[in-house]
Amino acid sequence: MEWIQQLVNGISVGSIYALIALGYTMVYGIIKLINFAHGDVFMLGAFIGFFAITRWDVGFLPALIISMVLCAIIGVIIERVAYKRLRSATRIAALITAIGVSFLIEYTMIFFRGPGLETYPEVLPNTSIDVFGVSVSSKSILILIVTIILMILLQFIVHKTKIGKAMRAVSLDADAARLMGINVDNTISATFAIGSALAGAAGVIFGAYYTRIEPLMGVLPGLKAFIAAVLGGIGNIPGAMVGGLVLGVVETVVSAFGFSLWRDAAAFIILILILILKPSGLFGKNTREKV
Amino acid sequence: MKKSKAFWVYIIFALVIYTIVQVMISGGTLDLYYQNILIQMCINIMLAVSLHIVIGITGQFSIGHAGFMAVGAYFSAIATMNLGLPFFVALIIGAVAAGFAGLLVGIPTLRLKGDYLAIATLGFAEIIRIVFLNIDYVGGAAGMVVTNMTTWTFAFVGVVLTIFVIANFTNSRHGRGAIAIREDEIAADAMGINTTYYKVVAFTIGAIFAGLAGGIYSHNFFIIQPTTFNFLKSFDILIYVVLGGLGSLSGSVIAAIFLTIVSAYLSNFPETRMIIYSLVLILVMLYRPTGLMGTKEITHLFKFGKKGGSKV
Amino acid sequence: MTSNLLLQVENVGIQFGGLKAVQNVNMHMNKGELVGLIGPNGAGKTTTFNMLTGVYQPTEGVITFDGKNLKGLKPYQVTKLGISRTFQNIRLFKDLSVLDNVKVANHNLAKHSILSSIFRLPNHFKGEEKMDRESIEFLKIFGLDVYKDELAKNLPYGMQRRLEIARALAAKPQLLLLDEPAAGMNPQETHHLMELIAFIRKEFDLTILLIEHDMHLVMGICERIYVLDHGQLIADGTPEEIRNNPKVIEAYLGEEVIE
Ligand SMILES: Nc1ncnc2c1ncn2[C@@H]1O[C@H](COP(=O)(O)OP(=O)(O)OP(=O)(O)O)[C@@H](O)[C@H]1O
Ligand SMILES: [Mg+2]
Repeated sequence: MEWIQQLVNGISVGSIYALIALGYTMVYGIIKLINFAHGDVFMLGAFIGFFAITRWDVGFLPALIISMVLCAIIGVIIERVAYKRLRSATRIAALITAIGVSFLIEYTMIFFRGPGLETYPEVLPNTSIDVFGVSVSSKSILILIVTIILMILLQFIVHKTKIGKAMRAVSLDADAARLMGINVDNTISATFAIGSALAGAAGVIFGAYYTRIEPLMGVLPGLKAFIAAVLGGIGNIPGAMVGGLVLGVVETVVSAFGFSLWRDAAAFIILILILILKPSGLFGKNTREKV
Repeated sequence: MKKSKAFWVYIIFALVIYTIVQVMISGGTLDLYYQNILIQMCINIMLAVSLHIVIGITGQFSIGHAGFMAVGAYFSAIATMNLGLPFFVALIIGAVAAGFAGLLVGIPTLRLKGDYLAIATLGFAEIIRIVFLNIDYVGGAAGMVVTNMTTWTFAFVGVVLTIFVIANFTNSRHGRGAIAIREDEIAADAMGINTTYYKVVAFTIGAIFAGLAGGIYSHNFFIIQPTTFNFLKSFDILIYVVLGGLGSLSGSVIAAIFLTIVSAYLSNFPETRMIIYSLVLILVMLYRPTGLMGTKEITHLFKFGKKGGSKV
Repeated sequence: MTSNLLLQVENVGIQFGGLKAVQNVNMHMNKGELVGLIGPNGAGKTTTFNMLTGVYQPTEGVITFDGKNLKGLKPYQVTKLGISRTFQNIRLFKDLSVLDNVKVANHNLAKHSILSSIFRLPNHFKGEEKMDRESIEFLKIFGLDVYKDELAKNLPYGMQRRLEIARALAAKPQLLLLDEPAAGMNPQETHHLMELIAFIRKEFDLTILLIEHDMHLVMGICERIYVLDHGQLIADGTPEEIRNNPKVIEAYLGEEVIE
């Protein structure tokens, strides 16, 4: 029953992708920017969690919350300092800036603390749990539960709160939303805050699960999460969750078949197939440019 | 004819630069360290100009240019090391292989626009890199040992050829079609420009010269590895074009020269280099999104009296 | 008469998501005609142009131009067949010179290959010179030749509109589609533009389909007029007939009430 554990592994990685993908998708939905630096917020989240656990001696949950709060603040700062001026710029100028911000965060981090690894302490119980007669690592289950709770929370915020409604309104039509009295700037900042908090959470979860963290750890998961967002239809929140899970499972299957060196290629091939065959993603709607 | 005057000016200018440098090399003023920086500079200029035709001229946003450089680097290395072919034949093989890769990547992806295209090119570049990583014939992750064959002469001729082809393409009905796509794809299409065709042509030409640069690069070192051609490399090339001015060939050349010098000075401080690069990129985008030169060429600065497009 | 038929539009319609922007449109144009296409805002006029030029593919119906079915053709292919257009929201190549804007449209006039341009073979020079000459002629007609080296974006608004027409003309169309060419012009400029349109029509043997909001102007120069409202053709006929058509009056009155 190796397979069940593999599947659980896939879902665990996938849920981390999904958490990061949510930030990509929300930001893209609202300001049409691929926030390249989002993967680096995930990295910062992992380090914040690490410091909280090792320096302040807190447990997993407090570390998760501290990291989410600080990442939310970081996300808003990035948005206010770098992206806000670019609202009327071309999408390409915005994309280049985002790439710049991403590298800036990575190499500032390396500049101050070096490129070395850090190892997360054991903060989660690591035993085998019996699920339907199959033993599955308790870590995987815990991660899954935390992820599901965060996603339910997000759904609640987006659909049931005032700020969630404002976010949906702005992503549909920013000008109309402004006319209706919605504070567009604050709504965009809130979107960055929520997305970054989720990335921060993903960072701590990643650290607790895989134990090794380093300054460039955000690059690949960031790209993968973006692929997940595209897969699910960028701008589409449930799509990002499904996209993340699908990608995680596909990667695990590719590895399980003995093609682990091709695992990263699989993700990019999915990306290209989706972009070419159905750029609006699995759950997106097709739109056409007006002439 | 007055039209070919610019051509001779260009050739004479190139010869003068070449002679000066060659004399300095023969006279011992430029030691191996400086020669290497010059070769690096030539490689970067080729990369910059070959991306300029894609982004600056045709307006197609590719952030995976290092992928084509990798194809050129590996194919030319295979040609010299495994097949024992002469270096210049190997360079042609590398360039042609990269051109094919450009064609293969370009045909499906160039119907995408803006940031979607960017991400797709990034994806393809990564796939290319992972393919080399998984092929034992070229050494996998450990890389491939390559004899040093690149000389200043090869590198310089490469630059002259790259600029010659791309400038002449730009200043013709074909280049005008490509620029029209950059300016307004729908209007270009409506005026009878086969937009898909020109996008693929520009992309392929860009890939060919990135491949040529790759071949010169791989024979300037003792080993090539797939990690060399990762997203960071594509990012380096992107900076030349963006900083120089989207649409300005001379701008991307100047940026490539300048940044090669900067990075030579900072070669012992790679993080500092990256911090400076990314800050420069952010600041340029925020305060001068057209880059140093905008769409202007340096030749415009020397034209007094009558205004007009530059002709090479 | 059929030999004189240049454009035939049969039961053409298009849908965007759920919205039927245009439906069941039947039109025809004979060689040499100057026909108006009018209708309130959002009636589907520009969308009709977009279908005629291959920018959108109709979801129903058939468009035949000069005996050829336009189905599946891309805009550049339609242009090569002989339909060319201007855009309602000016779409010049802003960072190209005025001359180069026209030369882009002249693209298919010259035949020199990419290789002959790269290696500067004689064909290249011959081709480019021919394009230069022809393009200047078009600019002269519109009084734009003195601005040939100016960037298109630096032209005043009225001249940009004229440059759009010059550019469309340089593509050597049989059928010219003008989408609100006088929009934003003052009465004097508009008058001048109308004279120009009449002139190029004679000079180049053109068939012209004109979208215009200015009623007086349309009534004054078009021989026939089609009226669209809510995506459907509600009337067609001579200016006289259109003026007295109760449906047309209603469509426009309805609009005025809203405004
Ligand atoms: N690409 C598109 N996607 C969705 N709807 C579209 C698209 N293009 C046009 N429409 C819709 O089709 C309808 C007709 O638009 P169109 O631009 O053809 O009107 P028009 O008659 O040219 O009006 P105007 O006088 O304002 O220019 C409008 O409701 C418009 O919103
Ligand atoms: Mg219109």
